[in-house]
Amino acid sequence: MAVITPAPVRGPVRDRHHRGVSRWIVLALVVLGALVMLVPFAFMLLNAFKSPGDYSSAGPLSWPTEFYTKGLRTYWTEVNFPLKLWNSTLIAGSVAVLGVAVSLLNAYALGIGRVRGRLWIVGLFLLANMLPQEALIYPLYYVAKAIGLYNTQLSVIIIFTVIQSAFGTYLLASVMGTFPRSLLEAAALDGAGKWTVLWRVVFPNLRPTLAVLLIFFFIWTWNEFLIPLVMLIDNQTQTIPVALASLQGDRLMDAPTTNAGALISLVPAILFFLIFQRTLARGITAGAEK
Amino acid sequence: MAVSETVAAVQPAATPTQPKPGRKRRGRNAAYWLYLLPGAVLFILVIGAPLVGTLYLSLTKWSGIGDPRWVGLDNYQQLLHDDVFWASFRNTVWMLVAMVVVPTLLGLLLAAVLFDVIGRRFKPRTAAALRAAFYLPQVLPVVVAGIVWGWILRPDGAFNSLLDAVGLGALRHDWLGDPDTALPAVMAVMIWVQIGYPVVVFMAALQRVDPELYEAAEVDGANWVHRFRAITLPQIRPETFVVALTCTIAALKVFGPIFALTRGGPENATNVPSYFAYYTFFKKLQVGYGSAISTVLTLIIVVVAVLFIWMQARSERRDRGF
Repeated sequence: MAVITPAPVRGPVRDRHHRGVSRWIVLALVVLGALVMLVPFAFMLLNAFKSPGDYSSAGPLSWPTEFYTKGLRTYWTEVNFPLKLWNSTLIAGSVAVLGVAVSLLNAYALGIGRVRGRLWIVGLFLLANMLPQEALIYPLYYVAKAIGLYNTQLSVIIIFTVIQSAFGTYLLASVMGTFPRSLLEAAALDGAGKWTVLWRVVFPNLRPTLAVLLIFFFIWTWNEFLIPLVMLIDNQTQTIPVALASLQGDRLMDAPTTNAGALISLVPAILFFLIFQRTLARGITAGAEK
Repeated sequence: MAVSETVAAVQPAATPTQPKPGRKRRGRNAAYWLYLLPGAVLFILVIGAPLVGTLYLSLTKWSGIGDPRWVGLDNYQQLLHDDVFWASFRNTVWMLVAMVVVPTLLGLLLAAVLFDVIGRRFKPRTAAALRAAFYLPQVLPVVVAGIVWGWILRPDGAFNSLLDAVGLGALRHDWLGDPDTALPAVMAVMIWVQIGYPVVVFMAALQRVDPELYEAAEVDGANWVHRFRAITLPQIRPETFVVALTCTIAALKVFGPIFALTRGGPENATNVPSYFAYYTFFKKLQVGYGSAISTVLTLIIVVVAVLFIWMQARSERRDRGF
């Protein structure tokens, strides 16, 4: 609510007047900044529906002369987009669920069980999340080749389950560190074992936080690049970012197809974001209020 | 790689004092180790062992086939005299400017303006819509962002056409292809990618602030700059730490955008340690040397992270008056 406090006695009228104008200037500047942020998206949209001939004769800024969808269709079939979409969804979805499960178990031992040395263990997990993936990639690549997991989605799923749960453990352990003891003690008095307490008391209470974590793991894994690039070399196994980047590397794509590809690759991420942004906003505020 | 906003939700890990561990209590706690078992095994297999492996390989010469040959610290010695290695770290400093310094400062300003001016003087919806516009680039996979920008900055791309359209055609340029402009161009793209993250985190943090604080300051005649320095900045300091830390780590590790935009070129003008390590591993097949690069990068990241966390803990202690 824009509450404009009535000017106090010493506030000169001129000042209030002045402020009224300057707020519009500030608004104009911020709107201008926001438009600049959106320009690349506008370029992408404008050129995704243009024919290559149209692009080369009229340039990137002109309005398309026809509604050309062959670029979109070329990209769709050339990279077998439905398969890439499935690969990305399978990998990101599995990692999200498994990563949250592993984080939950770890954090239960650390945050509620308060096992000895837990601060060090949490610190270790946190550092693992910050490591550059280059520090792990070659041994992982070599071992994956040796045991036949190379070029399988499973290899990427396992790796990211661990990497994401390193962050999840850190987050959940600190959340569980403040879990109301009385609830746990009441459950223990009722004779509930640790497993029951985890699923009947802790899990339902943490459901909103777990949901936020699930969504983040999904998005992060969806956007990951280096490890999928190294591990998934095959058209059958690649994710959307890897497929798009390797196609671009071949320099096979004309400008409209590049834009069409980027546009299609962007749609799932935006849809996912729009569907879950309320959950995310709730999660952020819930965390901030604590 | 988008950095998280959950991080903002992380309050510094609470460390409640442990109740005196009676013998019975400790026995009960021991059973919790069981829950740590799956995570610990996976952790050792996927993070611990490979990390040790890389450390070992950094002391060998190896092409990935046959047996690694032990060479001690030779790789590190070679790194010291490798111009590409030094160039990649110089570029990292510029990436820190583009991914940490500028986004954090701009993000502070934008969040404060959106919250304090636009959110209060106009409808909250206006502020929310503007925030979404700044956040949108964070939603798109960073490699996709790289590919779109790669096209925009091409000689026949949209940026040059835009210059033509506004009568600045003389400035037409192969922005990513010229060693002089490639790094600034990449930096501009990274600012565009990163800016939404601090804006969203800082705005979420400002929701915590009691509106009466601002109103009281206003009644006292404090202008916007006063309010920004006396209320906004101190109130969101914890989030500023988290944003600075996560962005610093992201800048030190940056790989995807470089791969998609320039592959480190031209003439290593945009090379970064991550890409240099990847290239050394998989294109030059010098696994030992690549491992040495990765090890140095890992060390730097760990030191930076520990330093940040230590500084944060110290500033919190000071706040509490210890």
